[in-house]
Amino acid sequence: MRFSQLFKSAVKSILRNRVRSFLTTLGIIIGVASVIVMVSIGKGAQNDIQNQIKSMGTNIIMIMPGSQNTRGSSMGAGSRQSLTLKDAELIQQVETVIAVSPVTRMSGQLVSGNGNWQTSMYGVTPEYLIIREWSVETGEMFTQKDVQGSSKVIVIGKTIAEELFPGQDPVGKSIRFGKVPLKIVGVLAAKGQNAMGQDQDDIVLAPVKTVLNRMNRVRHIQQIMASASTMNDITKASEEIECMLRNSHGITADDDNDFQIRTQSDIMTRATETARTMTLLLSAIAGVSLLVGGIGIMNIMLVSVTERTREIGIRMAIGARESDILMQFLIEAVVLSSMGGIIGVGISMGIVWAMTALFGLKTSVDLLTIGLALLFSAVVGIFFGFYPAGKAARLNPIEALRYE
Amino acid sequence: MALLISLEHLSKTYKMGDIEVHALQSVDLTVEKGEFVAIMGMSGSGKSTLMNIIGCLDLPSSGSYNFLSRRVDTCTRKELAELRNSQIGFVFQNFSLLSRTTALENVELPMLYNRDKKAGSLPALAKAALEKVGLGERMHHLPNQLSGGQQQRVAIARALVNDPPLILADEPTGALDTRTSEEVMELFTSLHKSGKTIILVTHEMEIAQYARRLITMRDGCILSDEPVGKK
Repeated sequence: MRFSQLFKSAVKSILRNRVRSFLTTLGIIIGVASVIVMVSIGKGAQNDIQNQIKSMGTNIIMIMPGSQNTRGSSMGAGSRQSLTLKDAELIQQVETVIAVSPVTRMSGQLVSGNGNWQTSMYGVTPEYLIIREWSVETGEMFTQKDVQGSSKVIVIGKTIAEELFPGQDPVGKSIRFGKVPLKIVGVLAAKGQNAMGQDQDDIVLAPVKTVLNRMNRVRHIQQIMASASTMNDITKASEEIECMLRNSHGITADDDNDFQIRTQSDIMTRATETARTMTLLLSAIAGVSLLVGGIGIMNIMLVSVTERTREIGIRMAIGARESDILMQFLIEAVVLSSMGGIIGVGISMGIVWAMTALFGLKTSVDLLTIGLALLFSAVVGIFFGFYPAGKAARLNPIEALRYE
Repeated sequence: MALLISLEHLSKTYKMGDIEVHALQSVDLTVEKGEFVAIMGMSGSGKSTLMNIIGCLDLPSSGSYNFLSRRVDTCTRKELAELRNSQIGFVFQNFSLLSRTTALENVELPMLYNRDKKAGSLPALAKAALEKVGLGERMHHLPNQLSGGQQQRVAIARALVNDPPLILADEPTGALDTRTSEEVMELFTSLHKSGKTIILVTHEMEIAQYARRLITMRDGCILSDEPVGKK
């Protein structure tokens, strides 16, 4: 029998029992819909995390001091005072590094007129903006000359500008950080929250030497941030930095580093891993429901074969071969499950749309997921349709004809 | 005349639990092309088993069966299906039409299983077959919208549509009243005149009288084989 004929008769016999067909495919519908919804939510969360990490900057390498051991007790990461401005200058020589900035952070209170704001001040160099892919919205960034001269100038984040200078242009205004008077030379563009939900615009940038010499009065810095020229260069650059710092710190081959290097790709991998695991888990659960849907199809197909034993007998008497009967029932099962798949895709799109529109949930539907879900539902049809179809095909024509 | 069917020492034994049932015991039979044969016998006489084997629905336990000088008893299930499709037309007592399927589609069905038929020609051929049995007006009716006689004529059209040399009818009038029985039997007679070989199983002597040869069976053997035919 030709395929188009088989397809036609399959659709006909499915439509003959509309309610039963619908209930049979319900398992597949729910399975496919939940797979797509789960994967969409998972992918959406993953994208969200990725975007937030990307907002840190591009191809970032972070160098932090190691832990201080005092008489056998470790003081924890970053407690060592092993990084200096000299290290930052050294790193600048690494070929695959395009920008380097030392970072030293101190918290304190900004006071302007009768307004005040508790915040963090970061001592950096102008290259910090390149690393963080940040820009100055009004005014301008302080210069390398300001860094060398420990000038009392700062650039403030959007949040601070709005809090302390509502409706005014803060550029050119004077402000105090603790007891030190400073001049605002620029306002940073808004950057929003980071991956941990912190407001990245609640920040003050000052020349690193200003912070070290005039406020903190220390020589070590808390962190060095660098940016590799490309994504692929991150590993190579961080290896070179490690080698260079070991040399300059005089660390022998047997000793451990007195600093740590972290790259953005490490952070990205770790953060997205959780989301990936969740996606996998959710889709596995959804996949089980697809399987259950398949068993439902097998069940109904078996009932259908028994019900239509006489029809099978008639078809065999007028010349249907085993393969014709097999194909007839197999195609019926596949059409059933594929219809379930298509309806499931439709429903899942509705759910995903509603979740985005009503709850603002971040979702991401990709064609691959839909294609896989449809393919899988068809495969379920073939797999679970095979046994009933084979049973039909192996019927003895005489007994089938006599069946009442 | 050319030989159509030749059975030699044909036996069929069923196993029902521990008991062996000898449905056919060494039957010898030849049927030539163009014959009109009626088979009579009580239930359990083996006539249905004989029909099933002649109709390639079942295989004998022993003995040989040649159809158009082709060995049937060694055929595979697939080859049997192809023989049923192209060489034999079946007419059953209970019509055996597919329900919720129009007369036209029922008649098209054997052609769908025929690899030699072109898809485009099916409706026209099915229509011609239905017109031949006088149902051209009712081809879009469903079986439950047709009378018993009309349903049986649809079944005959279905049996004819692949133009097989042999028509097998298993009590074709068993579910019909006398008048429609006569109509159906007249249809068989005209088919016989047009050159078809017809073998029919019946309980009724009046029906058997339409045939030209009457075979009586008892206990799996042929009891008598004689020419008949008053009509």
